[in-house]
Amino acid sequence: MSTNTKILTQEFEYFAPKTLEETLGLLCKYKDKNTKILAGGTDLLVKMKTINLNVDYLINIKDISELNFINTDGGLKIGAAVPLSHIERVGKVKEKYPALYEGIKSMAAIAIRNMATIPGNICNASPAGDTIPPLIVYSAELKLVSKRGERTVQVEDFITGVGKTIIKADELVTQVNIPEINNNSGSAFSKKSRVKADIAKINLAIWLERDGNFCKYCKIVLGSVFIKAVRAKKAEDLLREQIVNDDLFIKVAKKASEEIKPIDDVRSIAEYRTDLAQVMVEDSLKLAWGRAGGEL
Amino acid sequence: MEDYIVELTVNGERISSPVKPEESLLKFLRRNGFTEVKCGCEKGECGTCTVIINKKTVKSCIMLALQARGKEIWTAKGLEKQELGRKLQESFVNTGAIQCGFCTPGIIVTAKNYLDQNPIPDKGEIKKAISGNLCRCTGYKKIVDAIYAVAVENQKSI
Repeated sequence: MSTNTKILTQEFEYFAPKTLEETLGLLCKYKDKNTKILAGGTDLLVKMKTINLNVDYLINIKDISELNFINTDGGLKIGAAVPLSHIERVGKVKEKYPALYEGIKSMAAIAIRNMATIPGNICNASPAGDTIPPLIVYSAELKLVSKRGERTVQVEDFITGVGKTIIKADELVTQVNIPEINNNSGSAFSKKSRVKADIAKINLAIWLERDGNFCKYCKIVLGSVFIKAVRAKKAEDLLREQIVNDDLFIKVAKKASEEIKPIDDVRSIAEYRTDLAQVMVEDSLKLAWGRAGGEL
Repeated sequence: MEDYIVELTVNGERISSPVKPEESLLKFLRRNGFTEVKCGCEKGECGTCTVIINKKTVKSCIMLALQARGKEIWTAKGLEKQELGRKLQESFVNTGAIQCGFCTPGIIVTAKNYLDQNPIPDKGEIKKAISGNLCRCTGYKKIVDAIYAVAVENQKSI
C-alpha cells in the first residue's frame, strides 16, 4: 500500500439515484468506464486515498429504499444498503446465525459498522473479510441484477481471488439471501487479530448439523489463509457422518490446518497461522457442537 | 467537474455550500468553521474526526460531503448544547482525561452517542465502545474513568 494522500486526488462524477431502475440505467450507461458503487465507502474511499484506485463515476446506493430492508420470514434476506450495525441488532441474526452475528461484531468499531454493508465486504473481496466465512457456511447467495436480467450466485462461487469477483460491470448486488437453518445445527465464528477492531490474522466459521451423536453434515471455512476464504473439504470429509468425540475433533482440526496454504505478510506468518488454525478449528467445533445441543 | 450544492444541518444550524464530489465530509465541516472535527489519519482508523449523523456515529474522513446531504450532524462543540454532552466535557476535565487533546472531540462524540443508547455501561463495555478512537497519550485509563463517572451519575439519577 502506497502513501495516504489524505484527500481524494482525482475528480469523478457523483450520482445518488433514488430507485433501483435508475441505478441499473447508470451502470449500463457507464459500464465501459471506471464506475464504482458506493455503499458504505469504508473500503472504497480508503482505497481511493491510498492506492489511487481510478474512479470516473461513483454511484451512491445508500438512499435507495428498495435496498434498505431486512426480511426474517424463512431464512434471512438483507438488502444491499443495510448497514452492519442494523443487522447485528436483529434478534434472529444473533439467535439463529451466531457465526454471522459474531463475525459482524468482530469487525472494526461501531462508527465503521454504521456505514459498512455485507455486499460491500463481499465485493471488496479481501481474503480477510469477516462476513465471508459465515456466509459461506450458511450457504448464502447473492442476487445480482442488471438491465439484462437477474441471477443468483453462491457467495462461495462469487469471489475468485484477492479483490476479484465474478460480477459484471453492469451488475449490482441487490440482496443477500441466507436459507433457514434447522434446530439441530450449530455454528460458530472465530477470529484472531492483534487488537479488537483489527483486520484478521485468521478467521473462520463452522456450521454443523447433528443427528444424535452423529455429525450429519458440516462446513468449515477459513479466511486470511489463501487468496480467498476457503473450505477445508478434507477436514469436513473426516467429520461427516461420524460419531463425534474429542479425538475426532482434534483430528479434524489437524487436517484443516494441513489443508490451508497461508502466507507470511504484515499481519502474521504462515507458521503461526497454521498452528492457530488447528487450535481455533478445534475450539470452534466444540462450540458449534454444543450449540447444536450435542455433548462430548 | 461541476460543483454540487450540499444542504445540511450542523449542531442545529442550517448550512448550504457548493462542494466538489471529491471533498470529504471532514474537509467540508472544517472549511465551514467546524474545526473541532480533527484531521487525523484520514483513512478511518484513528476516530478523531468522528461526528454524529442522524443519531449514529460515523468517521467523517471516509464519507463524502455529498453523502451527508439533508442529514443532521452533531460535532463535539455542538454537544455542549445537550446535557449529556456537557456532563461528558466536564467529566473529562475533572478526571484529567485530556493530555494533548487531539483525540478528545472524537471520543466525546463517540461516548455521548454510546451513552444515549446504553446509559449505564460497565468499564469493559465502555472500552469496547471507544475501540475505534485512538489516543496516544493517556493509555485510555482516565478516558474510561471519565466516561464511567458519567455512567455512575446516570445510574444515581434513575
